[in-house]
Amino acid sequence: MKMKRGLKLLALLAVISLVLAACGGGEGGDTTTTAGVDEPTTTAGVDEPTTTVGGDEPVEPGELGVIEIAAGEPIKIASLQAISGDVASLGTDQVRATEIAIADKGEILGHPIELAFNEDDLCNSEGGQTGATRIIADPQVVAVIGTSCSGAGVPASNVVTSAGRVLVSGSNTSPVLTSDLAGNAGSEYHPGYFRTAHNDAIQGAAAAKFVFEELGLTQVATINDGDPYTQGLTSAFEGAFEGLGGTIVLPTAVTADQTDMRPVLTEVAAAGAELIFFPIFQPAGDFLAEQALEVAGLEDVVLMGADGLLSDTYVVLPQTENMYFSGPQTPTTPEYADFVAKYEAAYGEPPIQSFHAHAYDATNMVFTAIENISQMSGDTLVIDLQALRDELHSITYDGLTGTLSCDDFGDCASPNIDIMQNTEAEADIAGVRANVLISYSREDLGL
Amino acid sequence: MTHATTVTAGPAGGPTRRVSRITPVSVFLWGLRIAIVAVILYGSFLSISSGRLTASQWRDLLVFGISTGSVYSLIALGYTMVYGVLRFINFAHGEVFMVGAMVAFYVANGLATTSLWVGSPVVSLLIVLISAMVASTSVAVIVERVAYRPLRGAPRLIPLITSIGASFTLQYLVRGLVGPSTKAFPRMEPLRGTFDIFGLVILRSQVVVIVAALAMMGGLYLFVERTRTGKSMRAVSEDPETAALMGIDVNGTIVRVFAVGGAMAGVAGALWGLVFPSLNFFSGFLPGIKAFTSAVLGGIGNIVGAMLGGVSLGVFESVGPSLVLAGYEIPAFSQLKDVVAYAALVMVLIFRPTGILGERLAQERG
Amino acid sequence: MAQVEVPPAVVEVELRPAPPVDMRRALRLGFSGGAAMVLVAATGIVATFQERMVIDPILPLGLMFLYIVALAFGWMAGQPPQTLEGFAPARVSGRNYGAGTLAGGLAGLCIGVLVILMSVFDLRGVFVELSPALQSILTFDLAVPVAVVVIAAISAVAGALGAGIHALPTRTKKTLLPALTWVVIFSLMTDLFGQLFTGLSLDWLTTRLYPRRGGPLTITGAVIVFVVFLALHWYLSGRDTSMRQQVSAMPRRRRLGVRTAATGALLIVLYFVPQVMGPFVSQILVTAGIFLLMALGLNIVVGYAGLLDLGYVAFFAVGAYTAAIFTSPQSPAFTPQLALIAALPFVVLAAAIAGIMVATPVIRMRGDYLAIVTLGFGEIARILLNSEWLSPYFGGAQGITNIPDLQLGPFHFNTPQDYFYPIFLFVIVAAYITLALQNSRWGRAWMAMREDESVAEAMGVNIVTAKLSAFVVGAILASFGGSLYGAQIGSVFPHSFDIVVSITILVIIIVGGMGSVPGVALGAVVLIVLPNLLREFSEYQFLFYGVLLIAMMLKRPEGFIPSKRRAQELHQEEVAQDAWLEIYGEKGATGEPIPEGKT
Repeated sequence: MKMKRGLKLLALLAVISLVLAACGGGEGGDTTTTAGVDEPTTTAGVDEPTTTVGGDEPVEPGELGVIEIAAGEPIKIASLQAISGDVASLGTDQVRATEIAIADKGEILGHPIELAFNEDDLCNSEGGQTGATRIIADPQVVAVIGTSCSGAGVPASNVVTSAGRVLVSGSNTSPVLTSDLAGNAGSEYHPGYFRTAHNDAIQGAAAAKFVFEELGLTQVATINDGDPYTQGLTSAFEGAFEGLGGTIVLPTAVTADQTDMRPVLTEVAAAGAELIFFPIFQPAGDFLAEQALEVAGLEDVVLMGADGLLSDTYVVLPQTENMYFSGPQTPTTPEYADFVAKYEAAYGEPPIQSFHAHAYDATNMVFTAIENISQMSGDTLVIDLQALRDELHSITYDGLTGTLSCDDFGDCASPNIDIMQNTEAEADIAGVRANVLISYSREDLGL
Repeated sequence: MTHATTVTAGPAGGPTRRVSRITPVSVFLWGLRIAIVAVILYGSFLSISSGRLTASQWRDLLVFGISTGSVYSLIALGYTMVYGVLRFINFAHGEVFMVGAMVAFYVANGLATTSLWVGSPVVSLLIVLISAMVASTSVAVIVERVAYRPLRGAPRLIPLITSIGASFTLQYLVRGLVGPSTKAFPRMEPLRGTFDIFGLVILRSQVVVIVAALAMMGGLYLFVERTRTGKSMRAVSEDPETAALMGIDVNGTIVRVFAVGGAMAGVAGALWGLVFPSLNFFSGFLPGIKAFTSAVLGGIGNIVGAMLGGVSLGVFESVGPSLVLAGYEIPAFSQLKDVVAYAALVMVLIFRPTGILGERLAQERG
Repeated sequence: MAQVEVPPAVVEVELRPAPPVDMRRALRLGFSGGAAMVLVAATGIVATFQERMVIDPILPLGLMFLYIVALAFGWMAGQPPQTLEGFAPARVSGRNYGAGTLAGGLAGLCIGVLVILMSVFDLRGVFVELSPALQSILTFDLAVPVAVVVIAAISAVAGALGAGIHALPTRTKKTLLPALTWVVIFSLMTDLFGQLFTGLSLDWLTTRLYPRRGGPLTITGAVIVFVVFLALHWYLSGRDTSMRQQVSAMPRRRRLGVRTAATGALLIVLYFVPQVMGPFVSQILVTAGIFLLMALGLNIVVGYAGLLDLGYVAFFAVGAYTAAIFTSPQSPAFTPQLALIAALPFVVLAAAIAGIMVATPVIRMRGDYLAIVTLGFGEIARILLNSEWLSPYFGGAQGITNIPDLQLGPFHFNTPQDYFYPIFLFVIVAAYITLALQNSRWGRAWMAMREDESVAEAMGVNIVTAKLSAFVVGAILASFGGSLYGAQIGSVFPHSFDIVVSITILVIIIVGGMGSVPGVALGAVVLIVLPNLLREFSEYQFLFYGVLLIAMMLKRPEGFIPSKRRAQELHQEEVAQDAWLEIYGEKGATGEPIPEGKT
C-alpha cells in the first residue's frame, strides 16, 4: 500500500511539472514560428549576436538571420548522405565529390571552408531527421549538401529549412520534394530546398519515349521493388508511356530482398510483355535479369533498367548483355575528365555511382552563391540566410552537369537523360555510360 | 503461485467453463476456418477459369516452388534439430547458412579461374559443397560453444535473445570482413539449360538442387534413425536428464546436433548460390526466417515435418499469389508473396496448432 | 527446480588452499584473444577508428581498441579462480601476471601472423579491409619482423596489466577504473558533453576540454576529467554506506519524503533537459522516449503475460498510420484533417482492433508458435502498407507526408525540444499504467498465465480475456508511440516498420530488465541513446549490438535493473547449479545437469 501512495504523489508531481513544461515548450514553439529563426541559435546561446556591434558598415539582417564568421574562422558546410548500409556507395560517391569541391575552392573571401559534419542519412526518414537535427544544432553551418535518398530528404528538408539554412541535394529525385514540373508544389516542398539531380518525372518520360518511339514497342511490363524511388519512377514511366499510346500490360512489383523472380516473370510472360522496365537495385536486379532467360515465353523480351543498376558489378554480369538503361547524362567535357582524375588520385578508384558530378555542382553552386552575397562588416564575414536563398534561386551556374538555374521549387537541373545499352558484357561501367543511344533534354520531353 | 490461486473467477462472469464445448472462441475459429477456405477456393476458381496462365505455366510455378522449398527444408532441418534437443529457436541459423553460401562463393570464384571448373564440374561442385559444409559446421559449433553452452538450464527466452545477438554479430562480422557489396556467383555451364523429363521441361540447376536436397535429407534421416549417434540425439531430445543418467554424453551430442544442422545449412548455402547466384551479408536473414517458418509449419522438432514444411512453403509462395490473389485482381500481387507465406502459416496453425505433422517431441511447455 | 538431492552444503572445518591459475586456460584464452583481435583488425574497426583520437594527439581509438582486447583477455587469464566454499581465497601472485602476459603475448602473436600474411599475400580479394593502410597502422611503419616483436610485446604488457587489475586493492580499483572509463566516455560523447557545458553556460569548460567543436579531448582535457572523476570516485568509495542504504535505513515517513524530493528533483531536471541539451540531444531523447513507450507496452505482453511477440512493430505502424490518415491533408483516401489530439481516440480504437485481430488466431498457440506467427503478422503489416494494392488508402511506398505537428490549445509543438515534453508525459503515464496494472486483477491473471497456462486456466483465469487484454493494452501503448512518431517526423513510410524495430524493442526490455520499469528506461538509453550519440560508428552499430546482447545474456541475463521477482528466479537457478558443482566437481559427471528450462 505504501507503494501506491508513493505512486500517487509521483503522478501528481508529474502532472504539475508537465503542465508547466508544456507551457515552456509552447513558448519555445511560438518563438520559432514568429521569428522564423531556428531554435538553437536562441536557446543554445553559442552564436554571436546577430546584429553587428561596432562594425563600420552595419548589415541589416534579413528575416532568416545572418551567420557571422570572424576573421580566420572557417565557413562551415555539412554533408548528409547515405554512407552506410547497402546504399553506401550512393552517398560515399557524393561525399567525395563534396570534398573535392572544397579542396578545389580552397577558400571563400579569405575564409577556409570546413566540412563540419559528415552525417549519415541512413536512407530513411529517421536518419534524415536525426542527422539534420545534429547539423543544425551547430549555428555556424551555412548549408547542407544532401540527402542521398528522397525518403530521408522529406524530414531533412523540413528541419534544415526551418532552421534558416539551405539543403542542396545531388541525388533526390522525388517530385514530392520540389514540384511535378507543371507548376504544382510537391507536398513536402519547403523554401530553402534545392537539388541538382533530375526530377523523376523527367526520367520516366525519357524512358517511355525511348521505348515507344525508338524501340517501337507497345506492350510493356514494369516492376518496382517497393522502394519509394523505384515506385515513383515506374509510375512516372507508366503515365508517360500510356500518354504516348502504349499499353502497360502488367504493372507489378517485387520485394527488394526477393530472390525467386520466376513466378513474377511467369506472369510477365503470360501478360505478353515485349519489354520489362525494372528500375530497381542489386541484388534483386541480378535475379530478374538472370531468371528472365530461364522462363518460357520470355526468350525475346527486352530488358531495361535505370541508374540504380548502372554499377560496376551489374553491367559485367553475362545476363545483362544487350540490356538498356536510362540515367542522368554522364558529362563528357574536359572539366569532367579533370574531376575524374582528381577523384581517382584521391580515392584510388574511379567514381562509383551516378551522382558525384551532381554533388560537386551542388557544392560549388552553394559556394558561388555565398561568395556573391557575403558582406564584410569590419573583418567579419556576414552571410544573410534569406539573401543566400534568393541568390540560389536567381543564380545561373555552369557546372559539370550543364547549366544550372533553379526554378521556383528548387529544381535546378536542366537535365539530359541518356539511354544507354550494354552491348558486350565485358564492358565496364564507363564503357556502358559512353555507349549512349539517345539523349533527351527537358524540352525534348515537353516538360 | 499465491496470486494464481486468488484469481478464481473469470472477469465479468464470462461463460467460458471447460464443460461447455461450444465456446465463442471455437465458434469464431470455425467461422474463420470456413471463411478462409471459401476465400481461397473462390480466388483459385476465378484465377484458373480466367485462363491467364497455361497448364505448363502452372506446372512451372509448382516446380519453382519445390526447388526453392527444398532449400528451405535443408535449412529448416537445423532449426528443427536444435529445437528438438534444446527447446529454443536458434535465430543465428540463417547466418550459418549465409556463411556457407559466402564461402561457397569464394571457393567457386577461385575454382572458376582454373581448368577444373570447366573440365570436371562434378568435382568442382563437390569441392564447393564440402567447403561450404565445413565452414557452416565450424561456425555452428563455435556459436554453440561460445554463446549457447554457458546457458544450459537458463529460462527459455535467454538463449533465444542470445541467438538474436549471435545473428547480428555474424551478419556484421561477415559484412566487415568481406564488405557489403553483392557478390555474383560464377556460372557453371553444365548446370545451365534444361532437362526434359517425361515431357516436363525443368531447369538443370533446379534438378540438381532438388536431387541434392533429397539425398541430404534421406541421409540425415538414416543417420538419425539408424546410427548410434542418431540414437543418442533422439534420446537427448526426449529427455536430457535420463539420457545423461544412461551414460550419454549430453554436451557432445548437442555439439553433434549443431554440427549436423550446420552441415545441412552449408549444403543449402552452396545450392542456394547455384540457383540464386547473387548474395551479400544479409542474404541469410530472409531464408532463415522462411526456413524457421517451414519448421513450424511442418511441426517443430520433427525432421520429416521440416522437409514437408519447407516444400509446402516454397509451393505456397510460388503458386499462391498467382492462384489466389490474382483471382481477385489485386494489383502487383507478386509483391505480396511473403504475405501469402505468413498467411499460410497462420492458417495451417489455425487448423492444426502444432503444425502439419504435429510436434514429434511434444512436451508440456509453458 | 533443483532436481538433485542437495545435501546441506556447509563445510566449516579447515580451508584448503585455492587452486593456482590454470595456465592451459591462459593458453586457450590467448588464442581466443588472438582471434578476437584479428577480427577487430580485419573488420576494419582499427583502420576506421584510427582517425578518431581518444586523447588528441597521443591516443588513437583504433589501436586502443585493439590492445584493450588484449588487456581484457589478459584480465580473464589472470583471474584468480572463484573462491569456493571450503577453499581459502586466492591471492594474486606472479603466476597470475604470467598467465596474463602469456594470453596477451599469444594474442599479439596472432596479429603478428596477420601482419606477416598481409605483407606476403594480397588478401584484399576476399578480406576487403586488409589494406596497406591497415598494415602501416598495425606495424607502426616498422619493418615486418621488428613489428611482430613490438606488437607481441605491447600485447603482452597489456595482458599483464589486465592481470594486474586483480592485484589492485578494491578501493583503488573502484576509483581508477571508473575514472579511466569517464575519460573515454567524455572523449567519445563530445556532442553530449560539449552541448551540456555550453547549455549550462560553461563555455570556458567546453573550450578547455574540446578546443575544436565536435573534436576529441586534448591532453589537458583528459587530465582534467581524470582528476575530477578520480577524486569523486575516491570520495564515494570511501563512504561505508551507500546513499541507497542510508535511505532504506530511514524511518518510513522520512524515506517517503526523500523519495518524493528525489522524484521532484528528477522532474525539474527533466524540465530543463531540452533547453540545456539543444535540438540534437533532444531529438535523440525524443526517439528514445518513443521506443521507451513501446517497450513499456511490450513489457506488458512479454514481461507480464509471457507472450513472446516478435511482430510488435505492427501496432507501432497501426498507430503511426491511423494518426497520419486522420491528420494529414496528404492522406490518399480519407482526409478528415483532425488535430492529433482529436485523432487519438481513433488511434486507440484502431490499435485495439489490431490487438484483437492478432490475438484471436493465436489464442490456442503457445511459446514458439506464437513467436513466429506474431513475427509473420508484423511482416504482413509492413508489406501491406507498402503494397500497390492498398496504396489508394495508405500511400504505398510513397508513404503519407505532411503530417501536421502536435498542437495543444495555444501550444504548437515543432522542434525536438518541444516534443520532449508530450512524449515524456506519455511515457510517465504509460509507466504509471504499467505499475498500476502489475498488482491489478489483470496483472495477476497475466502473471499466472505466464507461469503456467494450464494451471492458470484450471484456477479459473480466463485465458481468452487475459490474452486479448494483454495484446490490446500493449497495442494501445505502441500506437501512442506511433502517432507521436509520425507527428514528430512529419511523414510515415512503410520502411520504418520493419522487423528490426520489433527486435530492438524486445532487446530493450531484455537488456534493461524484464518486468521492471526503471530497467526498461535504462535499456532504452543504452540501446537508443548511445548508438545515436555515436553516430559516426553506425557502420559497426549492429556488430556491437550483437556482441553486447550475447555478453549480457551470458553475464547478466536478468538485465541491468531486474525486477525483484525475476532476479530471484534466476538466482535460484544459480544456487542450484553451484550446489551441483560442489558435490560432483566441475567435470565429475558425464554431462552437466540440464535443469528443466522453465518459465
